[in-house]
Amino acid sequence: MPTHEIPPLEVSDLVKVYASRRGRKQLVTAVDHVSFTISPGAAVGLVGASGSGKSTIAKIVTAAERPSSGHVTFGGQKVEALRRRGRRDYHRRVQMVFQDPYAALNPLHTVEYAVMRPAQNFLSMSAHAARDRVHELLDIVGLTPSAQYAPKLPHQLSGGQHQRVVIARALACDPQLLIADEPVSMLDVSLRADILDLLARLRHERGLSLLYITHDLLSARVVTDELIVLNKGQVVETGPTKQVLRHPRHAYTKELLAALPNPFAHAGAASGPT
Amino acid sequence: MSQLATPPVTTGAAKSHLVEARGVDVVYQPRDGQRIWAVRNVDLTLEQGEFVGLVGESGCGKSTLGYALTGMLRPPARLEAGQIRIGGTDIAGLDAEDLRRQRRHGFAIVLQSGMNALNPVRTIEKDFSDILRAHAERGQRPDAASVRAQAGELLERVKLDRDVLGRYPHELSGGMRQRVAIAMALSLAPRMIVFDEPTTALDVIVQAAVIETIKELQREQGFTALLITHDLGVVLDVTDRTMVMYAGRIVEDQPSRALLSGPHHPYTAALLSCYADPTAEVVHLGSVPGTPPDLSERLAGCSFAPRCSRVEELCRRVEPELTPLGPGRAACHVTAAERAAELATKGAA
Repeated sequence: MPTHEIPPLEVSDLVKVYASRRGRKQLVTAVDHVSFTISPGAAVGLVGASGSGKSTIAKIVTAAERPSSGHVTFGGQKVEALRRRGRRDYHRRVQMVFQDPYAALNPLHTVEYAVMRPAQNFLSMSAHAARDRVHELLDIVGLTPSAQYAPKLPHQLSGGQHQRVVIARALACDPQLLIADEPVSMLDVSLRADILDLLARLRHERGLSLLYITHDLLSARVVTDELIVLNKGQVVETGPTKQVLRHPRHAYTKELLAALPNPFAHAGAASGPT
Repeated sequence: MSQLATPPVTTGAAKSHLVEARGVDVVYQPRDGQRIWAVRNVDLTLEQGEFVGLVGESGCGKSTLGYALTGMLRPPARLEAGQIRIGGTDIAGLDAEDLRRQRRHGFAIVLQSGMNALNPVRTIEKDFSDILRAHAERGQRPDAASVRAQAGELLERVKLDRDVLGRYPHELSGGMRQRVAIAMALSLAPRMIVFDEPTTALDVIVQAAVIETIKELQREQGFTALLITHDLGVVLDVTDRTMVMYAGRIVEDQPSRALLSGPHHPYTAALLSCYADPTAEVVHLGSVPGTPPDLSERLAGCSFAPRCSRVEELCRRVEPELTPLGPGRAACHVTAAERAAELATKGAA
């Protein structure tokens, strides 16, 4: 569906400093000189434990926060310099999927309303056209038959269905870059593969770029091709995902790998049962 | 703090199991809604000092079972049938005061949201003081200095600094708060602790550290631990034995090592396929297609049949019993028949 070329997203020398909560003149450097590029159609994983700065980077990339220094450019434009129409257009092109699917949907709005609003707001679609689009999107994210799901309220959906609605809503305004912040960490492990498959399929079929944020290296392995490992705001290791995980060089990457619940590593089995 | 030697309060026949549940049914009966059979016909035993995992998807009844085992069911949930004995005492028959006494040395529970249940306007020391004083023997209420000493020791056991006593919950990280909740559960030296999703809200590194602490404490102090989680990976990492729940029933119960190398139930096999080694040459993640059944309806046949890859005609008609199989138990027609056939060929040979 995207008719236009997707520009690369460039993050260069990004720094974000927060004043400490304790109010003394302490400063916390949440993001410490981070640079990376997401090429058109690439899937980049940003991994690290809590406090590594990965969500702060997501906030800056989505223009919810301003960097202390450095910048994010998309299609040659500096994101932090965007105002009004430019910023609005940027929000159409860069959409977000949140960690907590239960908190990401208004409990009083139907699935149809949640998904049609971005189409109306960003693409100026008529209500009629937006409704058609909702059904098309629900089909794409696997909520079929769409007529059955469109009138439902969030509390009538399971966790996995919630997250599919959140993804459908993110797609509604035809974005070019999807930022997914821990999209499977609150879901049952049994659903993890399905949601990850959906993200991978969307990326290939619609040519989306993906910034995937997680502490779960297994899901990062499945969905990304490049990995950026963050620790305390600094990039400690980057490279092709498979290579970084199979031959980690930095101690922190090894620590993340060791902390992952991985029954098969201990069993000495090569991989899962067939 | 060595009350672990407290003799079990035994009534009736002598029991070797610390916890014994027979035919437990738990029903949610909202005033104007449908009955939901959250736990159906559960039989289980836990031995003193055993570390057991209870896994399953959301809504399979695992937390409800954990609540039932610790006498925490509140309306609309009700123990509809069955018996739960802890140290020989039938806990369903206890009134509020006796249940409170049981909590003194009998059992404790650590909740997923327990870390957020700490009182935001009181220091950690005050919360410990409540527990230690409320459960003190008559005439032995500890004074402030003794509370501080005991609570400080408990915090050190969960690898926190004594200084945490003077802090407020908001000054602590999630992992630290969960450690405080664990220290509180330890404070009365219970013989059994139920951990209900204790690390689900934490990131991997903190999760690994908290689980490691639980494992160490369990080994040192010898309490029985029941770890409830949706994460089979965590359970297989640390437990001696794993029970798998589906649609309110235990469908498999095996030593964890045996379960990893040879799951009996197709549901367990499907859950295992959702894990892989991220450092493998090729990684394939499986899923369990479909959704768990609606527990407001009485189910005919095996509740996993609609999602099962190995379903047979019998499965749709007759609900399989949880029967001994190999080193554990399983509720599956297909594997039971297979195992019987294997034994027959072995016998013939």
